[in-house]
Amino acid sequence: MRYLIFVIALLGLPQAGFAAGGSNVHLDKVDIDLKDRESLRNGAKLFVDYCLNCHAAALMRYSRIGQDLGMSEEELTVELLTAGGKIGDTMDVVMEPKEAAEWFGTAPPDLSVLARVRGADWLYTYLRAFYRDESRPWGVNNAVFKDVAMPHALWELQGLQEAKVEKHVDADGHERETITGFTLVEPGSLSPEAYDTAMRDLVNFMVYLSEPSKLQRLELGKWVLAFLFVFSILAYMLKKEFWKDIH
Amino acid sequence: MSNRLSDRMLSLRDWVDARFPLMHLWEDHLTKYYAPKNLNFWYYFGSLAMLVLVIQVVTGIFLTMNYKPTAETAFASVEYIMRDVNWGWLIRYLHSTGASFFFIVVYLHMFRALLYGSYRGPRELLWVIGMGLFVVLMAEAFMGYLLPWGQMSFWGAQVIISLFGAIPYIGEDLALWIRGDYVVADATLNRFFAFHVIAAPLVLIGLVVLHIVALHSVGSNNPDGIEIKKNKGPNGVPVDGIPFHPYYTVKDMVGVAGFLFVFAAVVFYAPEMGGYALEKDNFTPADPLKTPEHIAPVWYFTPFYAILRAVPDKFIGVLAMGAAIAVLFLLPWLDRSPVKSIRQRGMVFKTALTIFVVSFISLAYLGTVAATPIATLFSRIFSALYFAFFLLMPIYSRWDKTKPVPERVTSK
Repeated sequence: MRYLIFVIALLGLPQAGFAAGGSNVHLDKVDIDLKDRESLRNGAKLFVDYCLNCHAAALMRYSRIGQDLGMSEEELTVELLTAGGKIGDTMDVVMEPKEAAEWFGTAPPDLSVLARVRGADWLYTYLRAFYRDESRPWGVNNAVFKDVAMPHALWELQGLQEAKVEKHVDADGHERETITGFTLVEPGSLSPEAYDTAMRDLVNFMVYLSEPSKLQRLELGKWVLAFLFVFSILAYMLKKEFWKDIH
Repeated sequence: MSNRLSDRMLSLRDWVDARFPLMHLWEDHLTKYYAPKNLNFWYYFGSLAMLVLVIQVVTGIFLTMNYKPTAETAFASVEYIMRDVNWGWLIRYLHSTGASFFFIVVYLHMFRALLYGSYRGPRELLWVIGMGLFVVLMAEAFMGYLLPWGQMSFWGAQVIISLFGAIPYIGEDLALWIRGDYVVADATLNRFFAFHVIAAPLVLIGLVVLHIVALHSVGSNNPDGIEIKKNKGPNGVPVDGIPFHPYYTVKDMVGVAGFLFVFAAVVFYAPEMGGYALEKDNFTPADPLKTPEHIAPVWYFTPFYAILRAVPDKFIGVLAMGAAIAVLFLLPWLDRSPVKSIRQRGMVFKTALTIFVVSFISLAYLGTVAATPIATLFSRIFSALYFAFFLLMPIYSRWDKTKPVPERVTSK
């Protein structure tokens, strides 16, 4: 079983959600591959099943996912539109933002461009860093985003883990607690390895979701640069020809 | 056939020419406008600045077709452009990258003027008009940055507009008047949109016309700092001058090709420019209740922002920031050297210019980082050096040992 190894100063983390995930958190690297359609499709399914109940991705349309990931209308309907709706719809959430704010203390943010704010590594580490903490309303806390309002939505897949905590005294003489790793205390339906792979797929999808045109832009870029390269040579030769008689 | 066609084209030209000074304009500004034959790499950035202006205007028009300037809809409409509008992502990245490249090109264009003394007589007004362009460009970029309505758009504008509040007596009312509300809000977004898409671009284009009229009247300076008009041949053409068209049109085409290659590489492979052109936090919608921990303006404003933060008193800081820009207007009268170009200047000016460039780049960096005591200390040192470059110029430029100016331009 592989555990996450973080060294984070729990007490040093800012309270506000916006600032959470500062540079003092060690983030695990995740390998993002936007050409891996199988991973993206699996990620999309996980996203719809586990994230979309509370979070929206209201800037994205199901049909666009179908286009980019090569899914037919039937496949979209069966795999992603499990809660009904039309394929031209945006990925909205049924929950009223006001109700959500009452339940969670804060409205769950829209996830459409979240990967561009947080980065893939942050998301990958965050999704694997929930641990038991009875003092929190949902019984869990997160090592990357301290006192996050979100429950561990994926606990049935991962199970429940406990944090390994080390106490030490920092340079200013304050006692600090550092999470050095996790122990799985209640196994989930996936093995830890399978859970990591699932989270990689989910993050891969969220990176795609944050900029669906990225593949297009990387693909087109080659041709544009190739054209400009040839154009530069021609322009240079033309200039040489015109300037031959200038001394 | 072809003869008849070309005859008809010529008669069309003559028809127009009898009613509009077509050939006159063509000759005055292109085929009989004589530019020094020794213009080098640094002279690309003027025509490139015009190219970027065109890119910004054209992409801007298309963005306006789908952008919705209200606090409710602005953020989502930008993502709508990125996702649902055909080629919208490309248009948006061209525009956002274009903003950064506008400043890169303009800073290099201004540096060229420093290198070769292009602001010196008879080009003082050319320089002053150019500085006007720079100030309007900064306003244009600042207002444009609010439009995506992300966290950095919102808080950047909030911080900068609140600076006006530091002015004694009228400050708070002035800031309120600019915002149209007690905080940056829908009213601010609406008026910034109006200024960004019509008012500032009109002024910008008007100033570009004046800049070129002034340039074509005095003629280009050159790396040797010689006035080519003082040495004319029997036909009245400067002996060191060549017609702008075709020589510099084909040469600028090479510059355009090279520029577009770099520009396209960024647009297609790094449109965020490592978080400097599109800041990460700006992908979070504006939230007046959540202040980001670290608010930094976009990179092209950071040198001046660092100067602002270097001063402990807010109002004096604002004055210092304003002075950092205002002092550039005075450059033609601060420089008392008998020569223009760095090629004839001595070690004193070369050293001063090097210190200035290092200070400017260091300030640009310091403006992006958090204001730690050590960063503030360095900001103060470099701010002092920045001002010293200008304020001591009347003294050191006169002392400097200079070389004689050559009779004719030298080849590269």
